[in-house]
Amino acid sequence: MLILSCPFCGERDESEFVCAGPARAPRMTLAAATDDAWVDYLTAPPNPKGVVRERWWHSHGCGEWLIVERDTLTHAIHATRGARHEHD
Amino acid sequence: MSMTEARLASGGLIDRSKPLSFRFDGKAFTGFAGDTLASALLANGVVLTGRSFKYHRPRGIVGFGIEDPGSIVQLAGEDGSVGLPATAIPLREGLDAHSVNCWPSPAHDIFAFSQVFASLLPAGFYYKTFMWPGWHAFEPLIRRAAGLARVPAHAAPNQASEIRHGHCDVLVVGAGPAGLMAAWAAAEAGARVVLVDADRLPGGSLNHGDVSVGGVTAAAWARDLAARLDAMGNVTRLAGATVWAHREHGLVVITERDPPLPELRQRTWQMRARRIVIAAGAIERMLVFEDNDRPGVMLASAARSYLHRHAVRPGRRALVFTNNASAYATARDLAAAGIEVAAIVDSREQPDAASLAVAAGIEVLAGHVVTHAHGSRRLRGVTVAPRQGRGARRIACDLLCLSGGWTPSVHLFSQARGRLRYDEGTAAMVPDTGPATTFCAGSALGLFDLQAVLASGAEAGRRAARECGHAGGEVAVPQAGPAPAYAVEPLWCVDACAASTRAFVDLQNDVTAADIILAVREGYGAVEHVKRYTTAGMGVDQGKTGNMNVIGILAGRVGTTPAAIGTTTYRSPYEPIEFGAIAGPREGTALLPYRHTPVTPWHVRHGAVMYEAGARWRRPGYYPLPGESLDRAVERESRAVREAVGVYDGSPLGKIEIWGRDALALIEMAYTNGFASLRAGGGRYGIMMTDDGLIADDGVTFRLGDNHYMMSTSTANAEAVYRRLEEFLQCERPDWDVTLTPVTSQWCNATICGPAARELLADLDPDIDICNAAFPFMSLRDATVAGLPARIARVSFTGELSFEINVARRHGLALWERVMEAGSRHRIVPVGSEANHVLRVEKGFLSLAHEADGTADPYDLGMGWIVSKTKQEFIGKRAMEIRRSTGHRRRELVGLLPHDPDHLLPEAAPLTPGGRMERTEGLVTACVRSVAQRRVVALGLLLNGRARIGETAHVRVKDEVIAVTVTSPCFYDPDGLRLRS
Ligand SMILES: [Zn+2]
Repeated sequence: MLILSCPFCGERDESEFVCAGPARAPRMTLAAATDDAWVDYLTAPPNPKGVVRERWWHSHGCGEWLIVERDTLTHAIHATRGARHEHD
Repeated sequence: MSMTEARLASGGLIDRSKPLSFRFDGKAFTGFAGDTLASALLANGVVLTGRSFKYHRPRGIVGFGIEDPGSIVQLAGEDGSVGLPATAIPLREGLDAHSVNCWPSPAHDIFAFSQVFASLLPAGFYYKTFMWPGWHAFEPLIRRAAGLARVPAHAAPNQASEIRHGHCDVLVVGAGPAGLMAAWAAAEAGARVVLVDADRLPGGSLNHGDVSVGGVTAAAWARDLAARLDAMGNVTRLAGATVWAHREHGLVVITERDPPLPELRQRTWQMRARRIVIAAGAIERMLVFEDNDRPGVMLASAARSYLHRHAVRPGRRALVFTNNASAYATARDLAAAGIEVAAIVDSREQPDAASLAVAAGIEVLAGHVVTHAHGSRRLRGVTVAPRQGRGARRIACDLLCLSGGWTPSVHLFSQARGRLRYDEGTAAMVPDTGPATTFCAGSALGLFDLQAVLASGAEAGRRAARECGHAGGEVAVPQAGPAPAYAVEPLWCVDACAASTRAFVDLQNDVTAADIILAVREGYGAVEHVKRYTTAGMGVDQGKTGNMNVIGILAGRVGTTPAAIGTTTYRSPYEPIEFGAIAGPREGTALLPYRHTPVTPWHVRHGAVMYEAGARWRRPGYYPLPGESLDRAVERESRAVREAVGVYDGSPLGKIEIWGRDALALIEMAYTNGFASLRAGGGRYGIMMTDDGLIADDGVTFRLGDNHYMMSTSTANAEAVYRRLEEFLQCERPDWDVTLTPVTSQWCNATICGPAARELLADLDPDIDICNAAFPFMSLRDATVAGLPARIARVSFTGELSFEINVARRHGLALWERVMEAGSRHRIVPVGSEANHVLRVEKGFLSLAHEADGTADPYDLGMGWIVSKTKQEFIGKRAMEIRRSTGHRRRELVGLLPHDPDHLLPEAAPLTPGGRMERTEGLVTACVRSVAQRRVVALGLLLNGRARIGETAHVRVKDEVIAVTVTSPCFYDPDGLRLRS
């Protein structure tokens, strides 16, 4: 059970969150995406042994979506920030 | 041997003023408070305690605590599923235990024949034998023959377990010499300390010998220090509790057995510790030779512990077999207690002088080994031989004390991804690099000198506290009495027994030295492979007394060192833990409470059979009249809707209010069809897909005003749709101005449906014009109805004229009662979800998880019209296009009419070509008795189904093939005239 530090709520137990898996690259507009690129985007999420950027939803807290940098080997959390500002 | 013979007249840490009655295998016995079941059995002369898992060999008590591999018992009553060895069960009044793996008793076990056929059950037996398709045939036999404790027939009351959450600075695992010093140092520094020990009595190994610490007996020193810690406000001591998991971010899981609250049987702590000191001690190893599992063979430390702790003589004539110095004290103490010690057999050629001094007066056979134990249900003697040369001889004994060395308890260190290394000096795997938050101390660190153990505990406690910001913690390390150095020389297996099929390395899973040889011969030379192939270490004892021998034997076999072999991964739980202890009171509705609409009490009062209808909502399934069957009630309710008027409680339907400049853009992205032309007060049915281009949900969205919409979702998917939309907005379109508010439980509705619905609504005095022209299908009006502020939607899930009257939740019951009152003139009938199902199937309306089962797109369901051809983008568009462009045949929604009009089709039953046993070509998604058609009708997904309308297809179920005619998937009012009326 992880402890995640929500930038809005502080340190909270994993049970307050929903993990939505690895964060992908920013979503392409369909007009700009070839079929191959789109299939890649859908079916090949990052899955490293090491640090991965993940989407987590603080569903039982502030309701914000977060980007969490988590080491899949050690569970060390390197950063947590609101997803709204991810691509600023 | 009677009780008086085996129990010493005095001594021991038991309370002789408190005798306890207990039963074992149906026989009555007596022990004392402070006994375990194991010590009480030994005191009563019970040596044979069960049969082994695979070969049903007679087994006895081997260890002293949770490490015991041989004495798992079945308890009667609510804690029957524990699966613990007798050595870890504190004796209590009325305890009723049975041995496992034998019937009718361990002395007369009808499955004992399997040891005769031992050669037929080698390593890998399960893999080689239980292969598809024949394994079903073996399962019942194996289950009966090879079980551990059974699951009790009745669940324990959920009050019996509780869960607590806790936080501390320093958690100390183990209250032996190292743990007590660590807790003391950390507490003196001012840290918040939690000290946990599996034993009720503090002191660990200090209680099992006669060493001195700080000038007093070690046991007294431990008791005094524990009392001192108990008096400190910053120390919590959990006795009789096990730390069984060490997980990420400092989470440790602890289960207290029998916490000090009479109504509680166990309590599980989820504890967050900033620093963890592992002072869990070490576990003595077995020695491996032929028939080393005979009852009466015991670990040397266990024999000594029974003597000192419980004042029990575990035998009358003992022999000690060791490869290190520690067992000499056992020989000395047994002799001092009046037990004849035949000899100390020491595999070391030159035992150290200090050891010899400890056991002065006892014959020591240096450079000798035990090659064979004799006796069947009870040890009768052993064969002893020099390691080199000849000269084997037999020595009579009924107790054989083994010490194959000591294995540090690194389980919790390893669980947290700590790495181990093989230490040549102590012939053991010891902690190497580990998580920065974890410290090991004492013999868990590989230290076996008591003075060093005490010092390492103090140092670990002080450092752990300092890292939590508490400086200080300087405590004086007391002087420990002298003891010989450990001086172990590894002996993984007695040479003469290296290929023996009766030299056990894992007593619990009946794994022998020969099994390891076989595994290596068959190509499994890595330790993880050997573990799985032989099942060594995979019992509930996790091979605590044998794994190191497996590594050593394996290393010898493949010609390398234990260091090169390494260890298997340690996993939680450290000991058997009941599911009930993990769940605690979080069971059933305490874990997932039901949701109710305000009308529930009315439904129940009127005889509704309540179901869960998705998302934990309780809804009426049907309202049977007295004596009425399910079928009759559903038919009556369905007919009322088709012929007069019915009302159902549609409150659980998901509702999300959508605001903002970009609200329409979000809706256009979410649904496959267009919503741009929608005017205020108008609504439209839509389908949303996943990014994979498969149907995720459906529902009607109304436009309430400028940049303001109300979306409805299916009941079960309300949460998931909200989550998907929020994720899309926050992660993909953070610049969009949209606000979502889930409002499902803010609204309550009564949906009136049927040809008389408009007349009924008129009787409820609405303050708006409700004629079809003024208030058409797919529109929404705010109004006052029955004196209540309401929002009425004209949608239909039944195919009939319907008005969904929504009011604030607090008005829900009043609305319902007024509808029923006004409806009596129209012969209104309350309708449950069963009748709703009949009505929607007649219409061929899709239902999530039935027709839209996660594999279908709108085209598959004959709804290509709902996929916009003009929108640039919506979720799922590209994936669906790519998939459909392949031209592969798809399963398509069709109607199915059984040739026998009364023959119901099981929902989810497969359709196969010609009804043959072939790959399925579809399935039945729904089947009902239609009131409109007066026959059974069904919906199904069928390969290439639309092209096959008019043909016959076949539903294949067990023992039967049912012929059906494929039809269009609508059995009632295909033009939708009634719902628009
Ligand atoms: Zn938050």
